[in-house]
Amino acid sequence: MEPVDLDFEEADLELPSEPMTLLMGPSHPAMHGTIRMILKLDGETVQDVDIQPGYLHRAFEKMSERGTWSQVFPYTDRLNYVSPLLNNVGYALAVEKLLGVEVPRKGQLFRVILGEMSRISDHLTCNGAMAMELGAFTPFLWYLKAREWIWEACEEQTGARLTHSFFRIGGAAFPPTEKIQAQIRSILPRTLEVVAEGESLLLKNRIFLDRTQGVGVLTKEHALSMGVSGPVLRSCGIDYDVRKDKPYLTYGECDFDVPVGEDGDTYDRFMVRAEEIRQSCRIIEQSLDLMKKIAPGSPDDAVSIVDPRIVLPPKDKVYTTIEGTIAHFKLIMEGIDVPPGEVYGYTEAGNGELGFLLVSRGGGNPWRVRVRGPCFFSLQAAHDMIRGGMLADIIPTFGSINMIGGECDR
Amino acid sequence: MSKLILERLKAQFGADVLEVSSFRGDDVALVKPARWVDVARFVHDDPRCACTYFVDLSAVDLCDPRTDDLDMDDRFEVYVIAYSVEHKHRVRIKTRVSGDEPRLATVIPVWSGANWMEREVFDMYGVHFEGHPDPRRILTYDEFKGHPLRKDYPANRAQPLVEYRDGTFNKLGPFLQDEGMPLNRSAAPDERN
Amino acid sequence: MADLSKLETRTIGGGESGFVTTKFEALLGWARKYSLFQYPFATACCGMEFFSTASPRYDIARFGAEAPRFSPRQSDVLWVVGTISQRQAPVLRRVYEQMTEPKWVIAFGTCASCGGFYDNYATVPGIDKIIPVDVFIPGCPPRPEAVLDGLMLLQDKIGRCDRTPETVKNTLLAEGADEALEKLYQIRMKP
Ligand code: SF4
Repeated sequence: MEPVDLDFEEADLELPSEPMTLLMGPSHPAMHGTIRMILKLDGETVQDVDIQPGYLHRAFEKMSERGTWSQVFPYTDRLNYVSPLLNNVGYALAVEKLLGVEVPRKGQLFRVILGEMSRISDHLTCNGAMAMELGAFTPFLWYLKAREWIWEACEEQTGARLTHSFFRIGGAAFPPTEKIQAQIRSILPRTLEVVAEGESLLLKNRIFLDRTQGVGVLTKEHALSMGVSGPVLRSCGIDYDVRKDKPYLTYGECDFDVPVGEDGDTYDRFMVRAEEIRQSCRIIEQSLDLMKKIAPGSPDDAVSIVDPRIVLPPKDKVYTTIEGTIAHFKLIMEGIDVPPGEVYGYTEAGNGELGFLLVSRGGGNPWRVRVRGPCFFSLQAAHDMIRGGMLADIIPTFGSINMIGGECDR
Repeated sequence: MSKLILERLKAQFGADVLEVSSFRGDDVALVKPARWVDVARFVHDDPRCACTYFVDLSAVDLCDPRTDDLDMDDRFEVYVIAYSVEHKHRVRIKTRVSGDEPRLATVIPVWSGANWMEREVFDMYGVHFEGHPDPRRILTYDEFKGHPLRKDYPANRAQPLVEYRDGTFNKLGPFLQDEGMPLNRSAAPDERN
Repeated sequence: MADLSKLETRTIGGGESGFVTTKFEALLGWARKYSLFQYPFATACCGMEFFSTASPRYDIARFGAEAPRFSPRQSDVLWVVGTISQRQAPVLRRVYEQMTEPKWVIAFGTCASCGGFYDNYATVPGIDKIIPVDVFIPGCPPRPEAVLDGLMLLQDKIGRCDRTPETVKNTLLAEGADEALEKLYQIRMKP
């Protein structure tokens, strides 16, 4: 072989690089099957990215206009399908705002408890999946194990593992079962243990730290004007949390902290979620205690309001009395008669502010149901987190914004 | 909630603010489409409002195809919601555009987050945003014709991108050959009936 | 090898060669059915249940199908998990076409089987309108138990060299289901 001529300048050795276009997704495992990214690469650096959502557009808003107000519930389950109960709560609260009613105290506490359970399951899934995408498979399996416990409790209460459709306009489908409180109390410490175990594997791991710290940074101002909310916004150092800023249900009575990050990078988003799991556990414990204090038989001791125009009569009344049958028939066939008006109801869901803009023109059907899916906004901001970074950093960054197709594309 | 923003808007824009309301605690202002961007900029920049946080932008179709003319004036109601993290108040600004070639100016210079939302409104309702840097469809695909959330678009008019196979689809129960459950309640016409 | 003796043999046409071919296919099917490499085409909510099925509690590895391959060239089974929208349909068909023979398709969940309650402009009413399907698993989402049922049904079909589409049966309609359910209930209710 000829010896290599060593007289080259350093610059001559560099290959001339032209931007390369790379398609990523939608059937890429890290893109959750629903996002396509068109990347313009210079070597390994991402020069520009065009994020294309819409591969899971299922016409939620169109379908909502077709049924009655109550028939929207199953569709809300499938918005953010990792925390379905929070979506149920959000929609129920929005319609109740339009109706001008409020559920009794026990129903409110019940919503808080089940909603926070859902939030824990959401954060567990997100953090676990993000760790898995970085190659750490064990925490993912452990977190899924903890998620199973939570789903089991939800199944005990609602009858479904994932798509619960449990809350109703004006209350809930059933009162708390006998065992549910003890069951929830028993899984909380176990869940916290699993979370700590998973963190012990990750947070002293050089690879995990190097690949998350300082990666995918989002600045405060940018996050605000992009409409980012939830853990992604809080990781930038803005303590905006609907549960604190405009307390709904009984969140005002609970003592909990809003974890806030500093740098707005992937690591902060991971840590904010991990801390929120702990805060959710605190909220649930306090709510369970508050629920115990409700005097049995008092008006507070009910999960649904008493209003035959809104809430379905109990089944034994439907089968034995004529009033019950008629009320049931009217509610099912005609729907709840929501007065004309227009409200925007918003709650803090797993990914941030989940808003429902409801327009009613009277009658049983919604005129317009617009849902503000929080991760649609986070995904829009991902453009700036990804651009300028490395190709491999897309994976953790994208994992940490917790893009859920159902909510993003609706 | 505080009605401060609404009062400031009325003082600043006078007759261009057509209507204000505070139904169930939501502060809403209806403005003329010509002043859409000015109002948005005012709400964003004014130190007493300081609504720097962009919450949502979308639209409502006000036309009922059973009774109204599809080209009616004021057919699409575009709204934007903004929030102030500092003062903890929020406002919803609405404007109405006609059903015949609806257009409106873009608010991306005010809140950059409006980018995808305006694309979505274009996709779903066909409202053109003038000055939008990237006016493509977002949730449906480029080949899609029409705007699905308009009330006159039939909910199940599909526009498949790949040809359906033909032949037998011998699904066993519980699935039927042509599964689907038209709810028959919609205001929009249903293709199947 | 006890399983081998139970292999079904079929004669297509007359003559010895026909007999040998089917026998060989059956043998091949038997060899294939316990090492399925899967491609999870997970798009929507059903994906969450798919993870659960793969996770320690339900452990799909017991059935020799734990290895996910994210390249269509290396996989045998295409799990279509979740809603397929019209926009996604070309992608799905492309993935299917890229898979090498032999290939099987499982429609996971109601959406993949028939469109589910998304009866609208955006959703494909069942993936069998686009690609051939071997097993349908009903449920929204199906419970992991149903998923395992579907996997076993597919393995059974592979062993039988049977390519007609089949749906996982509702076990509640099967004979003796009541007693089985009662037993299950009693096991679950034990303190
Ligand atoms: S079948 Fe149900 S759970 Fe599965 S993707 Fe469809 S809507 Fe989601």
